[in-house]
Amino acid sequence: VSASTDEPGDAVDLSLDCTGLRCPRPIIEIARRIGVVPVGGLIELLADDPATTPDLAAWCRMRGQELVSSAAPRFLVRRLV
Amino acid sequence: MFPRVAEVMTPIFLDCSSGEPLVPEAREAWLVAVSAGWGDPQRLHRPGRLAAQALDAARSRVAAHVGARPDEVVFTGPLAPTAQAAVAGLALGRRRVGDVVVTSAIEHSAVLAAAAAYGQHVTVGVDRLGRIDLDAWTDAVSGPGVALACLQVANHEVGTLQPYEAAAEACRAAGVPLVLDATTAIGRIDTANLGGWSVLLGWAGAYGGPASVGLMVVRRGTRWRAPFPADDHQQGRWPGTVDVPAVWSAVAALDAVSKDRDVVGGRQHSLVDRLRREVGARVPEVDLAGDPVVRVPHLLTFSALYVDGETLTLELDRAGFAVASGSACSASSEHPSHVLAAMGALTHGNVRLGVSRTTTEAEVDAFLAVLPGVVHEIRGRLGAA
Repeated sequence: VSASTDEPGDAVDLSLDCTGLRCPRPIIEIARRIGVVPVGGLIELLADDPATTPDLAAWCRMRGQELVSSAAPRFLVRRLV
Repeated sequence: MFPRVAEVMTPIFLDCSSGEPLVPEAREAWLVAVSAGWGDPQRLHRPGRLAAQALDAARSRVAAHVGARPDEVVFTGPLAPTAQAAVAGLALGRRRVGDVVVTSAIEHSAVLAAAAAYGQHVTVGVDRLGRIDLDAWTDAVSGPGVALACLQVANHEVGTLQPYEAAAEACRAAGVPLVLDATTAIGRIDTANLGGWSVLLGWAGAYGGPASVGLMVVRRGTRWRAPFPADDHQQGRWPGTVDVPAVWSAVAALDAVSKDRDVVGGRQHSLVDRLRREVGARVPEVDLAGDPVVRVPHLLTFSALYVDGETLTLELDRAGFAVASGSACSASSEHPSHVLAAMGALTHGNVRLGVSRTTTEAEVDAFLAVLPGVVHEIRGRLGAA
């Protein structure tokens, strides 16, 4: 999983606010909603559960998606598949 | 307050990752020792002498198991105070050199806490299987001001064996004492020649002895200084009266599990191979953690996507299976397992299995028959199926 901090500024296609939700809910939400953005699109996930950092990285690895940036409580994921 | 034994023993017990139930030999040894070895080993009367003899014999037997001299063996308590004594004692003995304490990122939380409390804690990362980066380890222990380093023989959650001999060699070359935490390895693999450690840690509860007895083996010549007021017990290396019957029981357990270690370990290795293969095949979206081959025989950790560990643990308990979990909220912690996080493994929906000495293939099959349905049902409840 590659992670970098250079975020494209306004290119977010979907923003999911999962603040206050416990894991695995934020991961379930991004899995349910990623299909609505086109391949190559960016999803912003806001989540403050401490398991989000490791679990979003693991989810991206398992599902073949790209974790663009990981800086809790804000995460960016690019849809690759 | 406790229910009848039969009720407690009903579930299929697959939670031997942190501790094995007391083996029968340990119970028998304790009963003998409370009758004949109850004396204060510091006393000169006959009960005292009997207890002192038992303690000497216990040290010799432990020494043989870990490749040490009898006078290097100290009987301690659970892992947390034992790790604190090991780390604090070396930090004290080496305070003129520096105060950096190097550990892997996936040591037991008690070791990490001790490292943070008694020094400047530097952690060395691990790969996806949980194995340390040897180059990073060598760089870290060779740096300036390193008082000591700590490394496990095998990880207590995922079972992966560390390259402990090479890590010890790096420490030796740098002149840094190594605390080798053999808690998950003792009684599981041959521990008579674990390389160039300075202090070795163990805990009887992990291998089927009493939970009150731990081990700290301090090699001769190690610059370890008692981090507490020294007394007359155990040459000032662990304070307070020794519970000789508990020690006798701990050593009986070690002898017993070591005697059939290869047979039991071989069976457990195969059972875990089967669990690993079948969990991966039968449960969709599952993340299997740890090294499938280079590991202790009895452990398997996996995580199912879109499931919370607390519900999974409780549903498996309802179905008759006792398992552990490294997910947040499923144990006593709000935070997920630092071991899984450091390995890049999924932390939610986590199940940690430790097969016991008596786990059968039928029990493993029963677990495998139930698990997929339990995971599927929880996913459905969470709207993730």
